Amino acid sequence: MLYVVIIFLCLALLMYVILGGADFGAGILEIFTPARMRSQLQDTTYKTIGPIWEANHMWLIIAIVILFVGFPSIYTTLSVHLHIPLALMLIGIIGRGTAFVFRHYDAYQDDMQKVYNFIFTYSSFITPFFLGLIFGAAVAGQIDPEAKGFYEAYIHPWFNFFSVSVGIFTVAICGFLASVFLVGEAKKSEVKAFVVRKAKLFIVFTVLTGGLVFAASIIDEVPLVGLLLTEWITIGTLVLATLAIIALWLNLKEGSKSLVRLLSGFVVTAILAAFGYHYFPDLIITKSGENLSLFNSAAIGKPIDTLAWALMIGSVFILPSLFYLLYSFQGNKMVEKK
Amino acid sequence: MEDLFAARSQMALSLGFHIIFACIGMVMPFFMATSHYKYLKTGNPLYKDLTKAWSKGVAIFFVTGAVSGTMLSFELGLLWPEFMLHAGPIFGMPFSLEGTAFFIEAIALGFFLYGWDRFKPWFHWFTGVVVGVSGLASGILVVAANGWMNSPSGFEYVEGKFLNIDPVAALFNEAWFTQALHMTLAAFTATGFAVAGIHAYMILKGKYIDFHRKAFTIAILFGAVAALLQPISGDISAKDIAVRQPAKLAAMEAHFETSKAAPLIIGGIPDEEAKEVNYAIEIPGALSFLAHGDFEAEVIGLDQFPEEHHPPVAVVHYAFQIMVGLGMILVGLSLLYFFSTWKKKNWQAQSWFLWLFVLATPLGFIALEAGWTVTEVGRQPWIIYEIMLTKDAVTPIPGIKYSFFIFTAIYVSLAGIVSFLLYRQIKAVPATLAQKTMANVES
Repeated sequence: MLYVVIIFLCLALLMYVILGGADFGAGILEIFTPARMRSQLQDTTYKTIGPIWEANHMWLIIAIVILFVGFPSIYTTLSVHLHIPLALMLIGIIGRGTAFVFRHYDAYQDDMQKVYNFIFTYSSFITPFFLGLIFGAAVAGQIDPEAKGFYEAYIHPWFNFFSVSVGIFTVAICGFLASVFLVGEAKKSEVKAFVVRKAKLFIVFTVLTGGLVFAASIIDEVPLVGLLLTEWITIGTLVLATLAIIALWLNLKEGSKSLVRLLSGFVVTAILAAFGYHYFPDLIITKSGENLSLFNSAAIGKPIDTLAWALMIGSVFILPSLFYLLYSFQGNKMVEKK
Repeated sequence: MEDLFAARSQMALSLGFHIIFACIGMVMPFFMATSHYKYLKTGNPLYKDLTKAWSKGVAIFFVTGAVSGTMLSFELGLLWPEFMLHAGPIFGMPFSLEGTAFFIEAIALGFFLYGWDRFKPWFHWFTGVVVGVSGLASGILVVAANGWMNSPSGFEYVEGKFLNIDPVAALFNEAWFTQALHMTLAAFTATGFAVAGIHAYMILKGKYIDFHRKAFTIAILFGAVAALLQPISGDISAKDIAVRQPAKLAAMEAHFETSKAAPLIIGGIPDEEAKEVNYAIEIPGALSFLAHGDFEAEVIGLDQFPEEHHPPVAVVHYAFQIMVGLGMILVGLSLLYFFSTWKKKNWQAQSWFLWLFVLATPLGFIALEAGWTVTEVGRQPWIIYEIMLTKDAVTPIPGIKYSFFIFTAIYVSLAGIVSFLLYRQIKAVPATLAQKTMANVES
């Protein structure tokens, strides 16, 4: 039963990174969009992401609930030592979710739109940054449950080069997912050329920041490079991800909508899988080396069993309706203004 | 500001904020579905306009409820890690089921909001009903989790360890039913009266009266029926906590000394030092009757508990008085509404009648917040009743007050923006209808 729960946790995180990531990326893209294109981009974002965006963010709640029910010590250790970035991420989540809906449901289109747009775009940037930073901090090996000083206990675990670079990398991935996704929606050649250009930019940015993560892991002595590159499975996965990126680059403009989307999803899944495989089953690497893993922190017995049942029963309801939702609204076409 | 106090304030603020939005997001879909049903049955376009107008409200409130709920799922750990470390696996069941219900709600809302003219009308209507039903289910489940804190069950507590955990037994704790019943009715009452009040105001302003009258009728029917059922649910709750959490009941009633034929204390100013209540109205034996169904029964007072385990009496007592007082006013208004529907139909067009409902707009929500104050402050100093103290659960990180200040600023501005948006939505309703009338004329 523990494995059922672990699979759901991985699935929830993966879905959140891909669907939620594309969602965040749409906001990040707006920062880099010139004013004349912006309203077209906003309309496209709303049309394609609007119907499913609420559901996208449910994955985060599912992941959190799995953590605190099934792996309480992981949840509380993160909550205590990464209190500050978690709180900042929450501010981003609040700002983004509300601004997205407010800007659409405000009955009047006036200067308030600027306020909503400002909040929406910047919180789209802040939220995945801190989300990535938290992931990075969990495995950076700087969390020290014994620490006494404020800085050692609550700042240093996340305020380090490695965690910050994972944060930046996550932002790049979100922009990458969103721009590739939107390529398929653009019909007008001018818009399409623009989105393709952005997609290429974000591919470059993703590769560069990926390199930054490796560089940071060497500087901060996070044992990542050495281990990643000695395990055949992780090497294989990363090679596949690289090949997929190249294929994506070549097919971006002419390839079919589903091919490029599939490739972009594959790239992100492969990166996550390589990291996941590398660290499994550890989720928090501590300074002392007494890591918190999905095995040693699991609430074995009835809590995990009932959680597994609740997740399985829930997915019987959720997954078909979610797919039907995605299917029903996939035909949305980009609104092109004259 | 002490960290414990700051953490409690932040939690209270977050919950107090979330509850309003969650209630509206849970109840308004039923209004929306009712109006939608009327539209499909009668074909009257006013009902379609109303459904659409309300669905915008639902979207705004749903998202605010969803983000504040996401926030809470993190705050439980950010503020109370020691509590979550032990409680998570035990009372997690309602949360994992709630995740499902909430997910379904989000999916159904996607179908509903974006589904006009896309799906068969009755399928579209059905998705709106699913929004309401799953919202209601998630509300009940979250209250069940709170019920567990008031009435912990599903584990054995041996020498500070939580053993033999049974999450299903924890879900069906003794408090869940009475609390969920009371809260569900409260949500319908508060939302019904709030929505009815706003539309009553629009009727008074004299524009699009047909539209607002239809809206008023749907909202008040839900609100008034719930308000009339609420005293029964309140009585069930009172009898329940008299046995299960006597300290809370004692604090609600400022009942300091255990006594037989205990009087019901209405109003008054509790003096916690002197352990007495000044300037109160006392009804002899009534507390014994309400708590145990017998005018002579013994009601346990605060003297049966060590002083360090007393909840703050004054706050709980005042909150309880406010809740009951406002509840009674709403019962009165509900009776007035039904009486006028039955005998004096013409009253409903008169301005005094409408003003009464306008004035009642916020009362349900004030009562609801007061009720939660009774439940939560009345549980203090325990976070898990008689198992874990709130002060032992708080996070070790210092400077929580800064977090409290920041989140207060955020919630205050969010509340401001939502009110502003709602004001503009309501203001724009006639405008959109007018545009439609124009368009109809042109075509």
